[in-house]
Amino acid sequence: MRLLGAEVIPVTSGTATLKDAVSECMCEWTRRISDTHYCLGSVMGPHPFPTIVRDFQAVISRESRAQILKAEGRLPDAVLACVGGGSNAIGSFYHYIPDQDVKLIGCEAAGRGIDTFETAATINTGRLGIFHGMKSYFCQDEHGQIAPVYSISAGLDYPGIGPEHANLYDSGRASYVAITDDEAVNAFEYLSRVEGIIPAIESAHAIAHVMKLAPTMSKDQIIVATISGRGDKDCAAIARYRGEDIHE
Amino acid sequence: MNKLESVFTNNKVLIPFITCGDPNRDVTKAAVRAMVEGGADIIELGIPFSDPTAESPVVQASYDRALKVGTYADEIFELVSDLRKEITVPFVLVTYANPVFSYGTEDFIRKAASCGIDGIIIPDVPYEEKSEFAEICKEVGISLISVLAPTSTNRISMIAKDAEGFLYISADAGEGESSTVVSDVRAQGVTLPCVTSASISTAIQAKTAATYSDGVVLPSGVVELLEKYGTEAPSHIAEYIKEIKAALQA
Repeated sequence: MRLLGAEVIPVTSGTATLKDAVSECMCEWTRRISDTHYCLGSVMGPHPFPTIVRDFQAVISRESRAQILKAEGRLPDAVLACVGGGSNAIGSFYHYIPDQDVKLIGCEAAGRGIDTFETAATINTGRLGIFHGMKSYFCQDEHGQIAPVYSISAGLDYPGIGPEHANLYDSGRASYVAITDDEAVNAFEYLSRVEGIIPAIESAHAIAHVMKLAPTMSKDQIIVATISGRGDKDCAAIARYRGEDIHE
Repeated sequence: MNKLESVFTNNKVLIPFITCGDPNRDVTKAAVRAMVEGGADIIELGIPFSDPTAESPVVQASYDRALKVGTYADEIFELVSDLRKEITVPFVLVTYANPVFSYGTEDFIRKAASCGIDGIIIPDVPYEEKSEFAEICKEVGISLISVLAPTSTNRISMIAKDAEGFLYISADAGEGESSTVVSDVRAQGVTLPCVTSASISTAIQAKTAATYSDGVVLPSGVVELLEKYGTEAPSHIAEYIKEIKAALQA
């Protein structure tokens, strides 16, 4: 970001994660609203931000749908993507939403497990709330205080999910599964080894579920999974997770 | 005219803010008594929240301290009930949508009313979404306070005409911007009192703000004294409020 000329200010308040960065942005915005505009990078926040970001991200499913029809002459059986706030997932799902036979599966970060406090799996552990300008599902305590969430993946480390995902979940059109750090790291290593593709640790959450789902399907069925980022950035962290003493 | 509006009759109103439970609830009680003694006209009681997106770093830190000692809605309702036995000054709760929604909006607002709350500010609920909170507030006689920002411009008419108690000019508007918002409100024919905070913490700032508004909010002055003096803060708070009130009356 600095290379491209941006001023970058680290956030140290609260739990110093994505949630706190969003909160600090909103604070700064309300402090100088006259000359500042706020842009969200995910499908979150007050209307119309979730729909603006979705419309841009929808290029993913517009292209994947056209490509799979061209390559296979039919639609996939399932479309998978990782979900933090949910931007690449809503983009991956959007043009398949009317195709009722295509299963849509979002893969949340379970962190150390959905039965622990060290998780960011919003649909699997959260409940309805109003935060950061949207009504959706949030990880929170019984007093409505937003929970400090955890995942090995910084990009999924957010206590909420975009409201359109909440709606897809409520209507049953999409389902949301929880993938642990361990499962994601295994998938990261597996795809790197067998395909030579190093997926971002975020995307590895989707690959982990592909690895669970594929054995339950027949060989001629089709799964589309979105790899939303490259994993070069994660190699050192994964090595440390495996006990290596490597720092970038 | 409700209890909040009547405070503004022939009076430049002083509204200090305090975080409930910082450093503990006994000190909050003593600090509220000190504010009343110093001449506060309305008191804003902040309900601590994990992610207070409309508060300054000073208030954010005080929310963290109050949460560490477990200050949640029920503790605050109990605190307010105790204070109401001796204090008649109007209380306005400052909170965020989620603590209210999570508690159960109707239940929260009814309990707030029954323990003696007069108004409530929920800065992350915009005009378009307020009916979810406003209907029950109206039923129990709590004023849901509306906030205006310098960028509200063509929304001022809609927001102001529907407002109750007083209009709150957003905390971070500068002095020039705040006075423009007040003029715009008056130009709409809205007579509801307008209060401004414009980051006011000194007597001189308060006096200046009172030349174009009906009252001033002290967004962090009391919290700063609590941070500095802890359990010894109440006597300093009384002196501080007295000084600002005197400047407003001069």
